[in-house]
Amino acid sequence: MTLDSKAPTGPIEKRWDQHRFDIKLVNPANKRKFRILVVGTGLAGASAAATLAELGYNVEAFTFHDSARRAHSIAAQGGINAAKNYQNDGDSIWRLFYDTVKGGDYRSRESNVYRLAQVSVEIIDQAAAQGVPFAREYGGLLDNRSFGGAQVSRTFYARGQTGQQLLLGAYQALSRQVQAGKVKLHRRKEMMDVVVADGQARGIVVRDLTTGKITSHAGDAVVLATGGYGTVFFLSTNAKNCNVTAAWRAHKRGAYFANPCFTQIHPTCIPVSGDYQSKLTLMSESLRNDGRIWVPSNADESRRPNDIPEDERDYYLERRYPSFGNLVPRDVASRAAKKVCDQGRGVGPTGLGVYLDFADAIRRVGRPAIEAKYGNLFEMYEKITGEDPYEVPMRIYPAIHYTMGGLWVDYNLMTSIPGLYALGEANFSDHGANRLGASALMQGLADGYFVLPYTIGDYLAPRMGETVDTSHPAFAETERAVAERLDRLLSIDGSRTVDDFHRALGKLVWDYCGMERTEEGLNEALQKIPALREEFWSDLKIVGTADSLNQSLEKAARVADFFELAELMCKDALDRDESCGAHFRVKHQHEDGEAKRNDEDYSYVSAWEATDNGDWTLHKEELDFEYVKQTQRSYK
Amino acid sequence: MHITLHVWRQAGPDADGTMEKYEIDDVSPDMSFLEMLDVLNDDLTLKGEEPIVFEHDCREGICGSCGFMINGVAHGGKHHTTACQLHMRSFEDGATIYIEPWRSAAFPVLKDLMVDRNAFDRIIESGGYVSVNTGSAPDANEIPVPKANAERAFEAATCIGCGACVAQCPNGAAHLFTSAKVSHLNLLPQGQPERFQRTEKMVAQMEEESFGSCTNHRECEAVCPKGIDIDFIARMNRDYLRAQTMGRKTQNYR
Repeated sequence: MTLDSKAPTGPIEKRWDQHRFDIKLVNPANKRKFRILVVGTGLAGASAAATLAELGYNVEAFTFHDSARRAHSIAAQGGINAAKNYQNDGDSIWRLFYDTVKGGDYRSRESNVYRLAQVSVEIIDQAAAQGVPFAREYGGLLDNRSFGGAQVSRTFYARGQTGQQLLLGAYQALSRQVQAGKVKLHRRKEMMDVVVADGQARGIVVRDLTTGKITSHAGDAVVLATGGYGTVFFLSTNAKNCNVTAAWRAHKRGAYFANPCFTQIHPTCIPVSGDYQSKLTLMSESLRNDGRIWVPSNADESRRPNDIPEDERDYYLERRYPSFGNLVPRDVASRAAKKVCDQGRGVGPTGLGVYLDFADAIRRVGRPAIEAKYGNLFEMYEKITGEDPYEVPMRIYPAIHYTMGGLWVDYNLMTSIPGLYALGEANFSDHGANRLGASALMQGLADGYFVLPYTIGDYLAPRMGETVDTSHPAFAETERAVAERLDRLLSIDGSRTVDDFHRALGKLVWDYCGMERTEEGLNEALQKIPALREEFWSDLKIVGTADSLNQSLEKAARVADFFELAELMCKDALDRDESCGAHFRVKHQHEDGEAKRNDEDYSYVSAWEATDNGDWTLHKEELDFEYVKQTQRSYK
Repeated sequence: MHITLHVWRQAGPDADGTMEKYEIDDVSPDMSFLEMLDVLNDDLTLKGEEPIVFEHDCREGICGSCGFMINGVAHGGKHHTTACQLHMRSFEDGATIYIEPWRSAAFPVLKDLMVDRNAFDRIIESGGYVSVNTGSAPDANEIPVPKANAERAFEAATCIGCGACVAQCPNGAAHLFTSAKVSHLNLLPQGQPERFQRTEKMVAQMEEESFGSCTNHRECEAVCPKGIDIDFIARMNRDYLRAQTMGRKTQNYR
């Protein structure tokens, strides 16, 4: 199959309008004749389900949580970008587009990113109308803050809980459609597989997490908004139940997986404290607006941070990047932290940490102003570490946070399986090799509110009158395969728990396919991961049954998919013999340690097709840059 | 640290439950409460016993999934803290801890510490939104919102829907939860057109579920991990009263 991105041509600022005009429409009376299945109820899923229902489609939405409000979008702290230029500081759609392509280190599709920047302004209007309580100025108008990778203030926020407020907005819009009977919401149902019949996505197979019952659901199209795969690393800032299963099952059924090695490390997380650690907690990047990052100048420093005089501190980001300072993009900040820790200048009990210091900001604007901006984050930090960040600097260290890779989609957000769509973090489309802060909320809502509800009509319109139900033998076959797989996991009866395996896998991926990657390391990982996977399938222990509530079984099925994904991530990282954005191959760096791209050979999206023998075939979607010149990113 | 746990075990919604005792050694004070349960669960699994079922997800105190009674107090009673944010340094070495699921008729137990909180969703579905379709919104800055109102609305909107308020209330009332959403939207200009219908519908739905009545015990605000206060309940009651007494045809703009 050839990869057709369906990206429009012509002047970039006209492409989305022209495309909307060119694609087929389903007339309002006919929309109710279609049934669309939406899997996942985070920002992308809830906004898509609500909007599709408002348009008149019949929607069935699925969440594995007890409520649609729990999706991990809720944990996003800092904010959402939009090219409103309310601050009159020179922002524009063009600048947001440019910043996003550049921030992604020139590995994203220009047409998609421009559209994202265009609809960003509508998202803010929509959210404000829903009653999302954004931060405001005294005059009653919306406030903005600045964020990493940008020199304008375009980030809208609701204290440190922007994701929560935007998700509740989408959840409320969804609830309104549930009440109206236009959305049937299935709670505690985990998608186990997608059903592909006659070459098209026709439905899904789900497992009821309380009873273990496996059922089939048919639809005219299937939309996956199931998030990213950061928990492959075990320790990440993602919620514990985040997983790749829906996307991975779709991949195994024919959907290409794009750029799996593009995984983002967030520079400001609370460092690990012990072996029992179950997850890492993010401290919003917005803290870098007011906090100053430093380490002691000397490796053998033993004094407490407040006792170290100014001239023996190294504010290394301000020193190395005078114009962006503490606001350099995430990948740059993360590697810089690793570098100073590798030099032995890291702080805290493990030596894997740097200071994020608010003393200057508190002196400048006063403690109440800092409290108003970051109060909940400071409180959270104190709860976890037992230290008061108003008095002593925070300690932070990079951690896995977001995955730019995901299911390959075209401009309509359709995967390589006709009728199967992927939205939000589950797709690969807009962030290239590195996502800028406050852009994930923007993309999830852009896809769900403003892109998919229009583009899906192009697929549905010619399919009026096709009957879709679960009587097709593909449903029974898929159900059988799902049940067999679960039985196989339960029957192993070995000697190691799921978490034990997941932790071991996560460490392998972090060590070999984390912040820095080498050819030797990746080759080693490609030996070790399959070996550990063998062990998983022969020595796993789960207690309980498949026909009841069984959290270990749920986890095991997800970890089984992570084992396969981990291998593909390493393969992808090995193939991409350059450094770009979050993907840092050690041998490809400039003298100052910056990522060295190879535009000549690697300006492509890696789209991997799963083959029957458990291997993959690489397809390349070449990227053209007509508007943004590919230059070395510089934040100096 | 050594900890003795007594945990409610219940195989299913219709099964009888019982408290089971577990002894745990080598608990680190830096562990979170849920990490301590993770360690116990791995031990149970290796012994061939079913691990303890409890709901959790973000482990950052924002998703609202986790929560159970710890020594009789929802989320353990530490100020503005969910169970996942509680750390073992809050307990003494040798402590005995009792863990039970939320106890409320409206939240039936599904298994062990996991309960069904869908009643909350049904309250939101009854009217906890602004009826605005995607695409029809005016420019966000066309409707200024006084900063103080926006802040107050935000404070109400930080509710995570965990259910601690209901679990701690002697009456099992959901007034804090319901009033938080009513207040969030009723405080904003965007929420005015539906203000009084919303209040009536949400209160009606709340009463239809198996929640009790509010008699101002203030237990809810004491355990709310987001610090939501009962002033919001007064605000909801006031709007409810106005809704009940005003003329039906014109209520929206009174």
